Amino acid sequence: MKRNQILTILSIILLFLFLWYANNNLSAYYIRILNNTAIFLMLAASYNLINGVTGQFSLEPNGFTAIGAYTAAILTLTPAQKEAMFIISPMVPWLQNLHMSFFPALIVAGIVTAIVGFLLGFPVFRVRGDYLAIVTLGFGLTIRVVSNNTISITNGPLGLKGIENYTNLWWTWGFAVVTLIIIMRLINSEFGRAMKAVRDDEDAAIAMGINTFKIKMIAFVTSAFFEGVAGGLLAHLITTISPTLFTFFLTFNLLIIIVIGGLGSMTGTAIATILVVWGSEILRFVEQPMHIFNFTIPGIPGMRMVIFSILLIVIMIFAREGIMGQKEFSWDSLFKLFKTKKVANK
Amino acid sequence: MLKVKDLDVYYGVIHAVKGISFNVPEGKIVTLIGANGAGKSSTLKAIAGLVKSKGNIKFLGHDIRGKQAHKISNMGISLVPEGRHVFVNLTILENLRMGGFNKKHSELEPLYEKAFELFPILKERANQKAGTLSGGEQQMLALARALMSEPSLLMLDEPSLGLAPKIVAEVFDIVKMLNSKGMTVLLVEQNAAQALKIAHYAYVLENGAITLEDEAKALLNNEQVRKSYLGEM
Repeated sequence: MKRNQILTILSIILLFLFLWYANNNLSAYYIRILNNTAIFLMLAASYNLINGVTGQFSLEPNGFTAIGAYTAAILTLTPAQKEAMFIISPMVPWLQNLHMSFFPALIVAGIVTAIVGFLLGFPVFRVRGDYLAIVTLGFGLTIRVVSNNTISITNGPLGLKGIENYTNLWWTWGFAVVTLIIIMRLINSEFGRAMKAVRDDEDAAIAMGINTFKIKMIAFVTSAFFEGVAGGLLAHLITTISPTLFTFFLTFNLLIIIVIGGLGSMTGTAIATILVVWGSEILRFVEQPMHIFNFTIPGIPGMRMVIFSILLIVIMIFAREGIMGQKEFSWDSLFKLFKTKKVANK
Repeated sequence: MLKVKDLDVYYGVIHAVKGISFNVPEGKIVTLIGANGAGKSSTLKAIAGLVKSKGNIKFLGHDIRGKQAHKISNMGISLVPEGRHVFVNLTILENLRMGGFNKKHSELEPLYEKAFELFPILKERANQKAGTLSGGEQQMLALARALMSEPSLLMLDEPSLGLAPKIVAEVFDIVKMLNSKGMTVLLVEQNAAQALKIAHYAYVLENGAITLEDEAKALLNNEQVRKSYLGEM
């Protein structure tokens, strides 16, 4: 037990040493990708909690991320900024004068999103399977329509501009590590086992005396909280948000990540997040005009998604459970691997 | 211990259980036998709170009809669902842990011991995933899991379904043994011959209504039952 904890702490220190190096030596482009990786890691891990671990196929992250992003942004913008920005119709006065520093704004964003998740849970968990997916998909669309039309709160289609660029590597990775630790602890707790039981066989879980509604709600509200915080981080990274940013496309990306990584495996999610976020940067060239011998192919926007779709199909055929399946990385299994190798060498 | 009166279960327009009444006295094995679609499983599900029902269900003097399933389970009714329904991606130990979901951590250790004593095969495979077990072993696990909550009424839904005859006999032996230690059992079976052999009292369900009830031994010799359910020509 002790050894594993020390190793975990050491690797977290190593990660932050690397981030410190990256912060001082790498270009803004790479730092931006590192930030994106951490935010997507938070989003994907919390999405996997409800989708993979608890087995409730929901499509809500874009809605929750939007709520978090708007809440955090409205809270950190100064009253003067808001007054200048809301040109169609002025902002609601009490929101106009609300102002907070970055960290409390993120926490409030998380809490507001969690409350929305809690309220949404009541109607949503009355249905299962495909119906659940449709209802949550509808929720994401609703949020978009609402943010487009509640002009005195969200500034409508004009979006919010000039959000202070508070987000840096320390914030994103700090939150990502905390998110992973909390979610892992939840999965390994009594509630986590009950979540897996609900995924495997909901009827049997009910018959066992498990309050499955409560279990699903815990998973849903937890993931809503972290998706809200991640939304806040995202808003302060790109500094301009508008309703068009939080389309179903975001949810789709996260879905790719958790399916590639393995539904229910946080290790898999981490690996897949790195693969997908960095992969989509590396694959940028396929959308550029290309010269092959004497032919010139014009740039095709969206080509990267085609490649990801093909990758997804390949995974569905050859590794249906994703990279990690439902397995998790553990120090014990790593040491076991070394031990068996040593024996084999002798 | 369990008193069911005028129980009705509807699935939309389908009237699956039509006002049946029966009693399960403490310390006895009571069985509901009948053909496919007679309403046996619906009756058990109604008692466990898994489907909506009308009528009156009293357990230990409390009205439990319409209560949430997890509350009924906490009151001491444990259901072994039809087709086993073990959690295939959880280990055997975790499956047992789920069975004792309403137990405190400190209470679990002796319950594990008890389960492993009853089903030694589960101890050997405690850390194996339940999905890797054979059908018979899964049925044992489902039984052990149901016992983890220390129920006072054990409800078994078709425990012989899809099992080899030898395993069926084993399962019934265990049920009989549990009963001899004081467990009250409500058994639903298509395998009428086996069920009637171990039960004290039996009800025959046909198209959602009880058509016959008697001591199990008497029903074994009943002309009509022998013809309809025991395969005699």
